[in-house]
Amino acid sequence: MTIREVREAVRARSAADVCADALARIETLNPQLNAFNTVVADQAMARAEAIDREPDRWRDAPLAGVPIAVKDNLCTRGIRTTASSRMLEHYVPPYDATVVSRLERAGGVIVGKTNCDEFAMGSSNETSAFGPVRNPWALDRIPGGTSGGSAAAVAARLTPMALGSDTGGSIRQPASLCGVVGLKPTYGRVSRYGLIAHASSLDQVGPLTRTVYDAALTLNVLAGSDEADATCAAEPVPDYTAALTGDVRGTRIGIPRALLEQGVDAEVSGAMDAALDVLKARGATLVDVDLPHACFATPVYYLVSTAEASSNLARYDGVRYGFRAKDESLRGMYAKTRARGFGAEVKRRIMLGTYVLSAGYYDAYYLKAQQVRTLVLRDYDRAFADVDVVAMPTSPLPAVRIGERVSDPVQMYLMDVFTVSANLSGLPAISVPCGFTRGPGVSKLGDAASSEGGLPIGLQLMGRRFDEATLLRVADAYERDTEWSTQPPPLISNR
Amino acid sequence: MEPSGYEAVIGLEIHAQLRTASKIFCGCSTAFGAKPNTHVCPVCLGLPGALPVLNRAAVDCAIRAALALGCAVQERSIFARKNYFYPDLPKGYQISQYELPLAVGGMVAAKSDDWAPDYDIRITRIHMEEDAGKLLHDGFGDSDRRSYVDLNRAGTPLIEIVTEPDFRDARHAAGFFGYLRELLVALGVNDGNMEEGSLRCDANVSVRKPGAPLGTKAEIKNLNSFRFLEEAIEYERARQIDVLESGERVVQETRLWDSGAKHTVSMRSKEEAHDYRYFPEPDLPALIVRPERIAAVRATIPELPAVWRRRLVADHQLTPADASMLTHVRPSLGRYFEEAVRAGADAKTAKNWVLGLISAKMNDLGSDDAELLAEKVPAAGLAALLALVDDGAISGSMAKGVFETMFVTGQTAGAVVAAQGLAQIDDESQIVALIADVLAANAGPVADFRGGKTSAFGFLVGKVMKAAAGKANPTRVNELLKRALEA
Repeated sequence: MTIREVREAVRARSAADVCADALARIETLNPQLNAFNTVVADQAMARAEAIDREPDRWRDAPLAGVPIAVKDNLCTRGIRTTASSRMLEHYVPPYDATVVSRLERAGGVIVGKTNCDEFAMGSSNETSAFGPVRNPWALDRIPGGTSGGSAAAVAARLTPMALGSDTGGSIRQPASLCGVVGLKPTYGRVSRYGLIAHASSLDQVGPLTRTVYDAALTLNVLAGSDEADATCAAEPVPDYTAALTGDVRGTRIGIPRALLEQGVDAEVSGAMDAALDVLKARGATLVDVDLPHACFATPVYYLVSTAEASSNLARYDGVRYGFRAKDESLRGMYAKTRARGFGAEVKRRIMLGTYVLSAGYYDAYYLKAQQVRTLVLRDYDRAFADVDVVAMPTSPLPAVRIGERVSDPVQMYLMDVFTVSANLSGLPAISVPCGFTRGPGVSKLGDAASSEGGLPIGLQLMGRRFDEATLLRVADAYERDTEWSTQPPPLISNR
Repeated sequence: MEPSGYEAVIGLEIHAQLRTASKIFCGCSTAFGAKPNTHVCPVCLGLPGALPVLNRAAVDCAIRAALALGCAVQERSIFARKNYFYPDLPKGYQISQYELPLAVGGMVAAKSDDWAPDYDIRITRIHMEEDAGKLLHDGFGDSDRRSYVDLNRAGTPLIEIVTEPDFRDARHAAGFFGYLRELLVALGVNDGNMEEGSLRCDANVSVRKPGAPLGTKAEIKNLNSFRFLEEAIEYERARQIDVLESGERVVQETRLWDSGAKHTVSMRSKEEAHDYRYFPEPDLPALIVRPERIAAVRATIPELPAVWRRRLVADHQLTPADASMLTHVRPSLGRYFEEAVRAGADAKTAKNWVLGLISAKMNDLGSDDAELLAEKVPAAGLAALLALVDDGAISGSMAKGVFETMFVTGQTAGAVVAAQGLAQIDDESQIVALIADVLAANAGPVADFRGGKTSAFGFLVGKVMKAAAGKANPTRVNELLKRALEA
């Protein structure tokens, strides 16, 4: 069910009924998917019943009675919040993230916390301390990362919406690999207060949903300034659902052809071209755009994000909360706590980031990366002077098998090639389902062939700063002419 | 210059807590002395997901200090993270300012005040930052095995004031630190409480032969009194000269002052120095301070203490020592003094009263704030009292009693004098009648006086004053008694 359908069901039956259904689906499917770290069944039922008791109060609330899954790096008061790390395995925050409060004020019912890569570092959900999430379309494959649990939960119809966070593609890439819609808003559009920081200048919270309409509806609830987040913008918040007119006549869509020449799976390319044809048929104009510095985005991203992460994760020192290892000396306690509390990928990034910021290397790495970041942003500014959105694949390839890439960090990092630019530039971007792979052995890279076929492919659209409305309008128009989002994964349809 | 041919080169780094009600990046109270870990929240505890939001009042406070020290407040400054691990630092980094500080380029001019040397002291920069928490090593049953952390202080706003290495003498450095304390307190920027750590000083010290390039410096940390600062610099100067004279080299290092043993000890060498990995704080946008805001803050700056002192000497012919007493020790009494003078009191008399009786009164009250005094006896009330003395209505010694009554009852001087019937007997016929009675009753002393024993005159004055219950105008009594005896 979509949010709209759930709202109907809540009115026709009850929030408690809808919530019980969601909890039952989670109970049945989560053991296979491992999408949730924590399920708060009793709390969710109590909340749904409370909503049922006050129908007048909640009648017009946009999300009244809608079961919601929240990525486990968003703080929830009284609910364990782990960031999928041993470090915070038993950590219970004393406060709610701003986005969580806003969802609850809109009537949302939080059913649980979704699995993700540890501290949102990874591209496959395999770095989670609590085991990988499995892709509902093929259980031996990754769901993408880092919001893999959120993407899998929505794809498997466990909840109609899940919150994710996106530092380098962590909403869009799993959305693409799981066949759902994932929106990363403009940096500053949505409060980060209560989001466990990975890379502060790149992190942004956003929704994963079945439809573009649901993403727009959720953004209405999430967006807007927050006095607890100094980087959250005061920009006015339009009604994003009102922007979904279906009209893309005259809309100019830019395609960075040069960037797409290498490393993209042939089926992914094909699906994207077909998607662009659909939009063209609706009246959009396709234009080539040049993004000369986009090819540097991945290295720049890994310099900036690791630098910030090395500092953001310093607070996990065993002194005040979280995991603490015993040792006689303070230094020993620090070292053992961090050696045992963090997983390999997190430690790798802390080391990289520490190096990047070190005296003597700062100028060559961090400063240079920030300069190139500015060039990447300028490329987009120039492109957006001519076009309304820029289109490209979300991921260069469909979901790979679990274990296939995680052992080679560089190969893993290259999965982010199309998504990191939006974070570096702060621009909004959305991934919408645009097809499925047909069959085996078609990957150009030769290592991602699907034995089953039928793996989801995502189309990514990037927009102007704070112009989520245009982005959502184009994505919605495309969705109207296709049926990708209505197809359930075999996990459900075979049952 | 030193007899040995060396000169000391000294620069100071002063950390001052800003007197704001709440912390620099959250709404927690900055009050000192609360139960440990009660003034804390997700932000100052460094909980996962918490974000800093800059306190505007702290910025205005810092701007005020910067302007008073002649600094240029930068239109754009940025916060940075200083990364290091320590249990009193909840986030594992301190939010500070690094490359682009709030203010740069100030100066305290040569001879601008009593303490000031005959050379300028340049202020390199003033930047804002957050204070860390405090480790508690003592006072617990298990203090032999454990230390505790109190994070009430974590996130208290600070400014760091950095001077150029312009000082050549430990006394000047200590004088400057004292001046700075007085200035920051006068500005309402800092409470001046050095025991509680509200104001702390580090000194960078090196020695060289005059004209030679700068020598290798040692940084002496946490000098929290004027005396420690002076002693530590003096010790360090001598130590470094000894090192050089014995043919060795001074090592760049951080040292601590041991106030008991009166020497500095090495804390860490340059090689052991932290690499703080500063980078711009991504959680805070650049701090933009527009000229209008600077102008608005500038308008709130009171007259600075040194200027005030010079003005008191010039306007009221006070000695520099008196001016210093009035402005430095108890500035609120200085303001009281000036108000009394504005209300018509004679400056010299008012000064004597304020530094004498009134200061003693404040000592009795155990207060440094003249507000309580002014509530009972406003400065204008003191002026009215002194006017009664001036007019001869009451004597100077009576005035002291009247003041005491004014202080207790809050009545005006006129009301007290009227109510107690204290008005001086000034009327010639009344005094002449009293004298006549006294002369009639004391024939012996009168004969003595007339016989040339002049000391009898004082005896007779005393008798007349006693007969008048002390209320007769003593000058008139003298004059009329003399006339009566010589008649």
